[in-house]
Amino acid sequence: MRDIAIISYAQTPQVRDAGAQNDIEMVMDVAHQAMGDVGFTIDDIDFICSGSCDYLGGAAFAFVNAVDGLGLVPPKKESHVEMDAAFALYEAWLKMQAGECDTALIYGFGKSSHSEMRFIPTLQLDPYYYTPLWPDSISLAALQARAVLDSGKYTEADFAQVVANSRKNAKNNPNAQLEGDVSVADVLAEEMLVAPLRRSDCCPISDGASAVVMVTREVAEKLIAEGKITGAAYISGIDHRIDAHGLGVRDLTTSESTRIAAEKAGVHKGKVDIAELYAPFSHQELIVRDALGLTKDTQINLSGGTLAGHVFMAHGLDRLGEVAKRIIAGEASRGVAHASSGPCLQQNLVAVLEA
Amino acid sequence: MAKLAAVTGVGMTSRFRARVKESIAGLVREAALNALQDAGCTWADIDAVIIGKAPDMFEGHLMPELYLADALGAVGKPMLRVHTAGSVGGSTAIVAASHVQSGQFNRVLTVAYEKQSESNAMWALSSKQPFSPHFNAGAGGFFAPIIREYMRRSGAPLDVGCHVAVKDRKHALLNPHAHLQEEPNLEAYMQSPMLWDPIRFSEVCPSSDGAVAMVISNEELAKKSPNKPAWIAATSMRSEPTMYAWREEVNPEAGRLCAQDVYKQAGITNPLKEIDCAEIYVPFSWYEPMWLENLGFAEEGQGWKLTMDGTTSNIDGGACPWNMSGGVLSSNPIGASGMIRFAEAALQVRGMADKRQVEGAKTALGHAYGGGAQFFSMWIVKAEKP
Amino acid sequence: MSEEKTMVEGFESPVNLKYTFAAGDATAKFLREIQKGRIVGKRSSVTGYVSVPPRGACPISGTVMVEEVVLPETGTVMSFTIVHIPIPNAPVKPPFIVANIVLDGADQTFIHLVSECDNDKLQIGERVKAVWKDKSEWGLSLENIKYFVPTGEGAIDIAALKAKRLEETEKYRHA
Repeated sequence: MRDIAIISYAQTPQVRDAGAQNDIEMVMDVAHQAMGDVGFTIDDIDFICSGSCDYLGGAAFAFVNAVDGLGLVPPKKESHVEMDAAFALYEAWLKMQAGECDTALIYGFGKSSHSEMRFIPTLQLDPYYYTPLWPDSISLAALQARAVLDSGKYTEADFAQVVANSRKNAKNNPNAQLEGDVSVADVLAEEMLVAPLRRSDCCPISDGASAVVMVTREVAEKLIAEGKITGAAYISGIDHRIDAHGLGVRDLTTSESTRIAAEKAGVHKGKVDIAELYAPFSHQELIVRDALGLTKDTQINLSGGTLAGHVFMAHGLDRLGEVAKRIIAGEASRGVAHASSGPCLQQNLVAVLEA
Repeated sequence: MAKLAAVTGVGMTSRFRARVKESIAGLVREAALNALQDAGCTWADIDAVIIGKAPDMFEGHLMPELYLADALGAVGKPMLRVHTAGSVGGSTAIVAASHVQSGQFNRVLTVAYEKQSESNAMWALSSKQPFSPHFNAGAGGFFAPIIREYMRRSGAPLDVGCHVAVKDRKHALLNPHAHLQEEPNLEAYMQSPMLWDPIRFSEVCPSSDGAVAMVISNEELAKKSPNKPAWIAATSMRSEPTMYAWREEVNPEAGRLCAQDVYKQAGITNPLKEIDCAEIYVPFSWYEPMWLENLGFAEEGQGWKLTMDGTTSNIDGGACPWNMSGGVLSSNPIGASGMIRFAEAALQVRGMADKRQVEGAKTALGHAYGGGAQFFSMWIVKAEKP
Repeated sequence: MSEEKTMVEGFESPVNLKYTFAAGDATAKFLREIQKGRIVGKRSSVTGYVSVPPRGACPISGTVMVEEVVLPETGTVMSFTIVHIPIPNAPVKPPFIVANIVLDGADQTFIHLVSECDNDKLQIGERVKAVWKDKSEWGLSLENIKYFVPTGEGAIDIAALKAKRLEETEKYRHA
């Protein structure tokens, strides 16, 4: 197996509404920054892969326009998944394992502000039985939160603690959308949005884009020797799994796919200093944390996590970027990045990164 | 560094016309079951599932891998969904192959589909774009001007397009899966209503329902499979922006470079001589002569001659048949079409193409393109292990 | 009561989503200019090529295009088709000509209608000029131009046009 590392990560500030700035403009910013930070231009990139969702743009083929911001003339090897960019990174990782490329640029983007984020995920459901009932994304998450409360594993106060931690950690993240000093009591005092979830238990709606440059060990070591980079975050394990679609078919209080992916990625082969988890709702951070088998020794969501900002389609890549950048900065030596997709954590990706 | 991978199973839905009695899950499962049976394996033998389809807006659905996980036996496994516009069927096959070529997986299932009877592709392809005048007349309206320019440059006779359509529809009569199954008539085709001049109704692909699946295995498993494997000798993908200053649209650079890459990997220097047959994405008839040139089978301006002299016909014993299955002109479940090309190429070198078999086919090319002829994916499969 | 029962084989499941769209800086600027009857494109500082309508990024180099270039309303038909089937929800009635036009001084085509000519006589390379709607109808749209019409000069050699533009823009690429 080839050693593959993330060597740079760029992210636009996560904002409720990026205004007139469009997808191409956001992608250009992060793609050029991620490449520029390591002394690369598009000519140094063997393979480009992105993740985005046409429904955010409101047009079929919305992803095609973003390609304009890269400079794909002459033409290059390029691909796309209609999934979070974390899965685009996985596609690139496989290609690198097959020896087809040594460097890759991965990016994800989305302007959730343009449409109805509450209802777009409803279209992910079984189109014959579920979607026509139009259960929205918050209500489905609330169903899961209720199941968690009923199981006795956690309380509303536990959910509120996740919120408080997020807001506090986000104060150190200049790209976070929501941050501040919020107490458990503050959260519990809020009215229910969709019981048992309060507004603060739900991630915000965010616009943004992110990019990552990934290279082989040979390339990383050469760049270090040339003084172009100071470090790299190596992917020592990466895996993703999907659970059954039917909400009544699986135990919503656990995440079996996360557990399997964590095992295959080798999470427990060493100490986990930091972890960035994709949990759009507070109770989900607890479910994922348990499925990953993380202990109190792991610092979770130092970036503020999903409750601090959620760029749909880039957020999974952001988890990988946030862990990688801390490892590169020497703030951690081993971390776990988690990405999720689908209703109630149906699909999950786990990556282990090491210095 | 790359491990060898081979196609050990191919499955398709029965016939690519409207399937009103099956749900989307039913459609993909039918193709998947056929592929598993061909490969002599069960759901439990599959390590990962990779699906692809055209824009989700066609069916008004989103991220169908989530809904289809159950139907495709993917629960507890890795599942990915590729989306590269019209070339998606091809890119999906390539991503699936890289799962095995990376050494990370031993055997994977890949599926591509479209259920156009449940979708509104016309609307999705020509909905008014904000801030642009509403002149986009769908895919035909986009490609017709490019075809016209090809006709001008090449000086090709005006009936070349209809000759392609006749050939592909004749091929389709030998393919039980093909959507259109009617004896074609050249004169009738030449009189068919003009849609986007110079494209006539007879020269356009139909709107189809269909799913295609393949099982791709590593060398060890391929050698043990019940039916002959198709060895994946080369894969390539190239993309370029839809529009840029003085972009060569008739002979797109991304297509040329993608072909050069795939030939280099497969050790091919003369495609016309060394490729026995090809399944090429031709949704509008004139794209056959254009792709003959783009893919290096003919010199620039000469592609139409290979069409007219029967080189690409499987029925008249052409030296290098194209689209023996009837091609996209006879069946177009959009998201599946690219993978159907790749799968048909595999069937040819496995000797399993029934009445559409090109005798002695050992090396076949599968091709797909998408967007404004800007995304290309291709593969070369061989009967002999590379 | 009838004994026959019909199986439900399908049903319509409408999807209703509201969207707002952001034009992006380049398109917004272009539309504001065209509202005043001015066609303003942008030049890429890396390639020297002029695009209209500008898309913000130069697709060849992936850089922001900054320099504005005011363009004339004359140009050349690079390719076209005669559309015989109606475009859903569009007012123009078939058969009509949709052409890819490159304005003089630009290097990128855009789509527009060509009218007031015999459909069968239009040629690739035809010289055309814009015919505008009445000023009172102008809005934030390229449709302020009703359509293009042949100037009467006839058709030029488009390969020569391309070669000429490549030569004219060469100096920007070696700046």
